[in-house]
Amino acid sequence: MSEHGHLWQNGPELDGQIPPGAIENKWDDLRFSMKLVAPANRRHYHVIVVGSGLAGASVATALGEQGYRVSCFCFQDSPRRAHSVAAQGGINAAKNYRNDGDSIRRLFYDTVKGGDYRSRESNTYRLAQISTEIIDQCVAQGVPFAREYGGYLDNRSFGGVQVSRTFYARGQTGQQLLLGAYQSLTRQIAAGQVEMHVRSEMLDLIVVDGIARGIVVRNLLTGEIRAVLGDAVVLATGGYSNVFFLSTNAKGCNVTAIWRAYRKGAVFANPCYTQIHPTCIPPSGSHQSKLTLMSESLRNDGRIWVPRHPGDTRSPNAVPEPDRYYFLEEKYPSFGNLVPRDVASRNAKQVVDEGMGVGPQQNGVYLDFSEAMERLGRGTIEQRYGNLFDMYHSITGEDPYAVPMRIYPAVHYTMGGLWVDYQLQSNVPGLFVLGEANFSDHGANRLGASALMQGLADGYFIAPYTIGNYLAGIDQTAVTADAPEVTGAIADVRNRLSALLGIQGRRTALSLHRELGQIMWEQCGMARTAESLSTAQAQLQGLRESFWNELYVPGDAGSLNQNLEFAGRVADLIELGELLVLDALHREESCGGHFREESQTADGEAKRNDEEFSYVAGWAWQGEGAAPMLRREPLAFEAVRLSERSYS
Amino acid sequence: MKLHLRVWRQSSAEDRGRFEDYELDDVSPDSSFLEMLDLLNEQLLEQRKMPVAFDHDCREGICGMCGLMIDGTAHGPVPGHTVCQLHMRHFKDGDRIVIEPWRVAAFPVVQDLVVDRGSFDRILQRGGFISFATGTAPEANSILIPKDRVDTAMDAATCIGCGACAAACPNGSATLFTAAKIGHLGHLPQGQPERYQRVMGMVGQMDAEGFGGCTNVGACTSVCPKEIGQDFISQMNRDYRRAVLGRTGD
Amino acid sequence: MWRSSIGKKIIMAGTGLIWIGYLLVHMYGNLKAFAGEEAFNHYAESLRTLGEPMVGHGHALMIARIVLTLSLVAHVWAAMVLTRAAQQARPTGYARFRQASGNYATITMRWGGLALGLFILYHLAHLTWNVPVLTGEYEPGNTFDKLVVGFTNPVNVVLYLLALVAVGLHLWHGSASFFQTMGWRTAANRQQIRFLTGVLAVAIPVGFAVVPLAVAAGFVA
Ligand SMILES: Cc1cc2nc3c(=O)[nH]c(=O)nc-3n(C[C@H](O)[C@H](O)[C@H](O)COP(=O)(O)OP(=O)(O)OC[C@H]3O[C@@H](n4cnc5c(N)ncnc54)[C@H](O)[C@@H]3O)c2cc1C
Ligand code: SF4
Ligand code: FES
Repeated sequence: MSEHGHLWQNGPELDGQIPPGAIENKWDDLRFSMKLVAPANRRHYHVIVVGSGLAGASVATALGEQGYRVSCFCFQDSPRRAHSVAAQGGINAAKNYRNDGDSIRRLFYDTVKGGDYRSRESNTYRLAQISTEIIDQCVAQGVPFAREYGGYLDNRSFGGVQVSRTFYARGQTGQQLLLGAYQSLTRQIAAGQVEMHVRSEMLDLIVVDGIARGIVVRNLLTGEIRAVLGDAVVLATGGYSNVFFLSTNAKGCNVTAIWRAYRKGAVFANPCYTQIHPTCIPPSGSHQSKLTLMSESLRNDGRIWVPRHPGDTRSPNAVPEPDRYYFLEEKYPSFGNLVPRDVASRNAKQVVDEGMGVGPQQNGVYLDFSEAMERLGRGTIEQRYGNLFDMYHSITGEDPYAVPMRIYPAVHYTMGGLWVDYQLQSNVPGLFVLGEANFSDHGANRLGASALMQGLADGYFIAPYTIGNYLAGIDQTAVTADAPEVTGAIADVRNRLSALLGIQGRRTALSLHRELGQIMWEQCGMARTAESLSTAQAQLQGLRESFWNELYVPGDAGSLNQNLEFAGRVADLIELGELLVLDALHREESCGGHFREESQTADGEAKRNDEEFSYVAGWAWQGEGAAPMLRREPLAFEAVRLSERSYS
Repeated sequence: MKLHLRVWRQSSAEDRGRFEDYELDDVSPDSSFLEMLDLLNEQLLEQRKMPVAFDHDCREGICGMCGLMIDGTAHGPVPGHTVCQLHMRHFKDGDRIVIEPWRVAAFPVVQDLVVDRGSFDRILQRGGFISFATGTAPEANSILIPKDRVDTAMDAATCIGCGACAAACPNGSATLFTAAKIGHLGHLPQGQPERYQRVMGMVGQMDAEGFGGCTNVGACTSVCPKEIGQDFISQMNRDYRRAVLGRTGD
Repeated sequence: MWRSSIGKKIIMAGTGLIWIGYLLVHMYGNLKAFAGEEAFNHYAESLRTLGEPMVGHGHALMIARIVLTLSLVAHVWAAMVLTRAAQQARPTGYARFRQASGNYATITMRWGGLALGLFILYHLAHLTWNVPVLTGEYEPGNTFDKLVVGFTNPVNVVLYLLALVAVGLHLWHGSASFFQTMGWRTAANRQQIRFLTGVLAVAIPVGFAVVPLAVAAGFVA
């Protein structure tokens, strides 16, 4: 037991309800054993779906098609704008169209290994199985995936795997997939099967007799607060990278929906697993509001370096070859600039911390294409990366053909989320969690191009069955609007909004969010230590107090008040930050996106501790001020053998 | 740099609205236009005033949430960019900048610079999709599509639904948006069975929402952040003509 | 079809095409003025006898007039409805608005159309209804003389030339719009259409302008 063990209480283990049998057959067997709702009865069931990203839009569509009544919610002004729209690179599927040795088993293996053996094997296998169907579905929807001259679908290799299994639509794969899902959702909306509520924010979960029965939503335009009751609730509300303030996520991404569910009893798993992406454009000043990701493919031809001597302020082109420190090439001769995301990121941080950072803020490293341009010609580079170079130019005002790009890592994805069992149901019956919002199939680190796959697998091909199974098994007693759980939840939401408006202090939600991000990034970012995490705990506690004493939110709750929405989200992000830090503190090992400096190999690599930490850490809320309860789900590996990652 | 901003303020749909002038100091030329507005809002909060409401989310030009009329140009002076991708280095110290919401009857103003673009969603509800049930799709490579066709479909499919086309159109027409979706699905084999139904439904809804008609001005393409071309409008017109004349056998 | 915005545009395109055809015939006839008084008057008369004996005297001309008038009415009706729709589509204007695209022809389409309408009235008054203040003193029944006398009046010449500029602009945008509205413009034929519409927009006004200019300069008398 850890020396920080007093910070939580241990609770009963969690059971993932993994079906018995061989890993290949689990999903088939389970589907066969599931109960079905008769088609004519389906319209008597009402399913609430929060989120209209890939996961939310797809599950709402599939349930609508089956005949259930669905209400779908998102906070944007159209479901088409959910954050999934921003994904660039692509989506994986084990189609083996390249005949390069790919298979379901290989995609499964890559995902488990990429996740540093911290994911649930059975889920990951199912994900790989379903992956092929997703591509069929999307093509039928009219997703214009890239094709070859023969008219067949094109693939590329992505994220450091040895096969080409990534399907893509220019640099806008997420947009095209989301539009596909949105189109199908639109069809269900037009058919009256799905009722869409845009600019609506879920602010609480309604739990009656331990079962999820509805949500409290605020209409962001009118301020109206109401309860929506149903037979099952699905949360597909995305990730919480914005706890770091600066991230590649859209500004609206937040944790509120799952955080409120956590406070109503749902277990939050592995909050500390965050993914950092090495090739983002560094912040240009204190005005910075978000970071922009540039495709990782840039590392295929770009060389990463910094001046060898700290404080060297010469322009990059004036730094002679011997004074350039190609730190990845020097440290990892066999992988060079193509080491995995976390290794590249950590090393960039290290050189910047040592004072070798470049750019006006000294917060980046160079990604230099001059050698590649000499070797391949400018034309080839233009062809390969032209649009990325343009994007860089437009953001920074610098011409990357003339001076090296500057890059720096940024938070990109959160593997943690609400805990779910094999059927994607949380420990609260009737509450299903899909997409990035669940603790997912990616373990401690996600492979590139696998999040889109997971969102659609959950939404089209898993949850529609498991939710049906759940609905077939419940005895449907109606919850009435005057039930104390309902009126209580509404009152809680109202009180909270009044509390936010009532502080009338002097600090803005934005400044508090920035401070949160700073704490998280410095103390709990790419490298974490017991000391930095303890510091973070103290700082976050202080921040939470500042928030509730010094916040200023103008206006009222009776109409569109963007500042009020934002403040509520920041409040939840601060609380989540505390749990994230606690989880990071408790996990005294390094794995995937979680790097504890205390746990590294002699050459500075992440060192797992399978003996003690081969489990999912599920956290259960125990009330305001009380230490949360840690509920473990042990991980068993039967189909793959645990091994150590090595890139040197 | 220092800026003089003239911003449209309107507390609600019912409010008549007015311009207000603000001075903003210390704007970094490296900040984006929306970061400049963040700064303005922080300043307003400090003065305990209501910040300016504006829509945004991804801040990288893909979600289509942002959209402002900047000095009379939708999405501002840099072609092929959304407001969120616009950087202040394209302005000069001491500039006066007029910021207005999209002005189209079918996009009613909700507050300040925020408008309601629900009409776009409703246009798509009249056929902007391919009808089939989840899980019934054939194997993906059983539908072969020539590369140039899929590339053309993709050119249209990049539309982010921002509404700049209608905002910049002297007729307040949503033709480019509608044509983009029709062009996306119309260029693909999967989109053929519903092709003519789709164009009838969507054009009908576009008119019903109160958008103006197209007079082939081309302002839409000039401001479109995805630079979607006029050819798709021609294509939509052809499909529509064929649909009404019953000449749908290709 | 006529209910939708595109339907109205198709009506505008079709009726516009009829007028383009008419202008070409009209221009051809005008150029006969260079062939001399007799040829020109003969041509003017032949318009009335056109189609005889299948149709009665002057009937073909009458039919043409009816078709042209109906086309014009439909064209103007569609234009007015679309203009109204455009106004209703933006009830509140921008404080500052920069037209993002469109050349002079595009921008002046509506006003130019209105101006042309007025000119047609004037033109009819002059040469068809023979309003004396406009025609001046000419030999009755001699169309050629009417033309020459009319264009010896500089007011008529200037108005006529101004109208031709408007015709050119209207044709330029209108004929390009024709292809776009009918959906015949594609990425492949964009250049050809540009060329063709440009030629039309220049050739027709020039073809019309040479006659009054020649009259005014005394080449045709
Ligand atoms: C820049 C970038 C690039 C990426 N590229 C790739 C890639 O190439 N390949 C890949 O596989 N993955 C990629 N990812 C990751 C991937 O895009 C996301 O993980 C995935 O799209 C998440 O989908 P989702 O459906 O779970 O959630 P989202 O798409 O984030 O949707 C969340 C939805 O929930 C709604 N919502 C949230 N909270 C509330 C609330 N309280 N009330 C009501 N509604 C709410 C939102 O309105 C939204 O509709 C990328 C991510 C980023 C940031
Ligand atoms: S066509 Fe262009 S301007 Fe119009 S909504 Fe789409 S992206 Fe925006
Ligand atoms: S904020 Fe997403 S496009 Fe501008």
